[in-house]
Amino acid sequence: MSLIQVTGAAKRYAVASGEVAALDPVSLTVNEGEFVSILGPSGCGKSTFMLMLAGLISRSAGTIEIDGVKVDRPYTDLGIVFQDHNLLEWRNVLSNVMLQIEVRGRDPAQYLPRAQDLLRMVGLDGAEARLPHELSGGMRQRAAICRALIHEPRLLLMDEPFGALDALSRDQLNVDLQQMWLARPTTVIFITHSISEAVFLSDRVIMMTPRPGKIAADIKIDLPRPRPMSVRETPAFGAYTKQIRGLFEEWGVLRRGAA
Amino acid sequence: MKRFPDWAWPVTAFVLLVVLWDVSIRVFGLKPFVLPSPASVAQALVADWQELADATLYTLVEIVLGFALSVIVGIGLAVAIVTWRPLEKAIYPILVGAQVIPKVAIAPLFVVWLGLGLAPKVLIAFLLSFFPMVVNTVVGLRAIEIGKLHLARSMGATASQIFFRFRLPRAMPNIFAGLKLSVTAAVIGAIVGEFIGADEGMGRVLLVANGNLETAKLFAGIVLLSAVGIALFLIIAALEKIVIRWHVSQRALQELGS
Repeated sequence: MSLIQVTGAAKRYAVASGEVAALDPVSLTVNEGEFVSILGPSGCGKSTFMLMLAGLISRSAGTIEIDGVKVDRPYTDLGIVFQDHNLLEWRNVLSNVMLQIEVRGRDPAQYLPRAQDLLRMVGLDGAEARLPHELSGGMRQRAAICRALIHEPRLLLMDEPFGALDALSRDQLNVDLQQMWLARPTTVIFITHSISEAVFLSDRVIMMTPRPGKIAADIKIDLPRPRPMSVRETPAFGAYTKQIRGLFEEWGVLRRGAA
Repeated sequence: MKRFPDWAWPVTAFVLLVVLWDVSIRVFGLKPFVLPSPASVAQALVADWQELADATLYTLVEIVLGFALSVIVGIGLAVAIVTWRPLEKAIYPILVGAQVIPKVAIAPLFVVWLGLGLAPKVLIAFLLSFFPMVVNTVVGLRAIEIGKLHLARSMGATASQIFFRFRLPRAMPNIFAGLKLSVTAAVIGAIVGEFIGADEGMGRVLLVANGNLETAKLFAGIVLLSAVGIALFLIIAALEKIVIRWHVSQRALQELGS
């Protein structure tokens, strides 16, 4: 069953010399429970697309429907993880996670055990009382993920959530995220510019071309789950990354090195 | 080697300054009415204690009233400016214009309007201290990152939730910077007000002592006034330490102190 229906959604910005297209018309259907990556180079409008999807910025054209309802203002049955953790610096880890519950006016007592469960799942148990500045970059992003999941949203949006992390933390978080998703599959839109991250995590990889961005390919990733980190060394995984790299080369996003 | 504690630095500097002061009087043979010795200032402090203490207390009331007014009006106006753009466009230029008017020059007018009592001093203290309060609070309330606003709206936060849970806490470091500037300005404002015309308060004591060439007493008054200013400043700094323990400025202090 489809959860998200995007039809011809586009974004143009007014600038001094007229208009700049940030995103050419995009159409996309995402099924309930699907893990979909949106893969593209910097500046292809991926983040713009995500903000439009969440109803946080307006569109210049097209329609977006989530669960049959038009998105014309912020859609709130979702959790968002941004590239910047956006934790509130004055709140500790637990209270940053519980912020989601407070703002939504739900009963904190009811969600506290779940918050603790989530924090344990990402290895943040024992760090509940720490302030964001006392955490590493990876830990902050883990806390942000817990905050995005605490209220059991219908949809999880992630905008290059691991883009600012070192390669090792990034690998670990990819594995952890998959585990959390398998424990409770929800619909995920995952924005990234990493080919292997996209293939590792996703059911589908949507490829975008830059300036103005548009969807250029939609690749189904048929690898069994749970996928261990070592899946990246398998021929099947390699075939997917090769196919994607080949398409980016074809579009001039990547240049072939010297033969 | 044992580390020099934090408080010892200003104390040492202060003691050295007093010694320098005392030595230069002896070396240059300065007359007591030109520059009294530290010892004679201390003597004046003891001898005229009652009068000085009363005056200090009176002036302190003006300072606190003027400061409190500037905090209430300053933060209130800042909130209005941030939430309603037309107000910013209309009022900000006037605010800046008012700030560059030398308040000392128009202070006598306040005495004409409001008489010799508490009111004109409180008004001048307020006028001098309120500008840094508004400007800093406005900067603070604007400091919120766009990502945090997106986050808030994705949670369906109401305008008041966005203000109290996101914008206001984020503004606290700037608000405290405003409070510190504002309270010291209020001290100056109260004294300026008393210089123009007053029957009571430290400003009047200073004027009279100056007129009578009682320079030691003048200095004693200044010492008390400084003490009041420093005490008010330290109270705010202590509050700041509690309220914004999370902020980078406090972290740097903690790390230096540890």
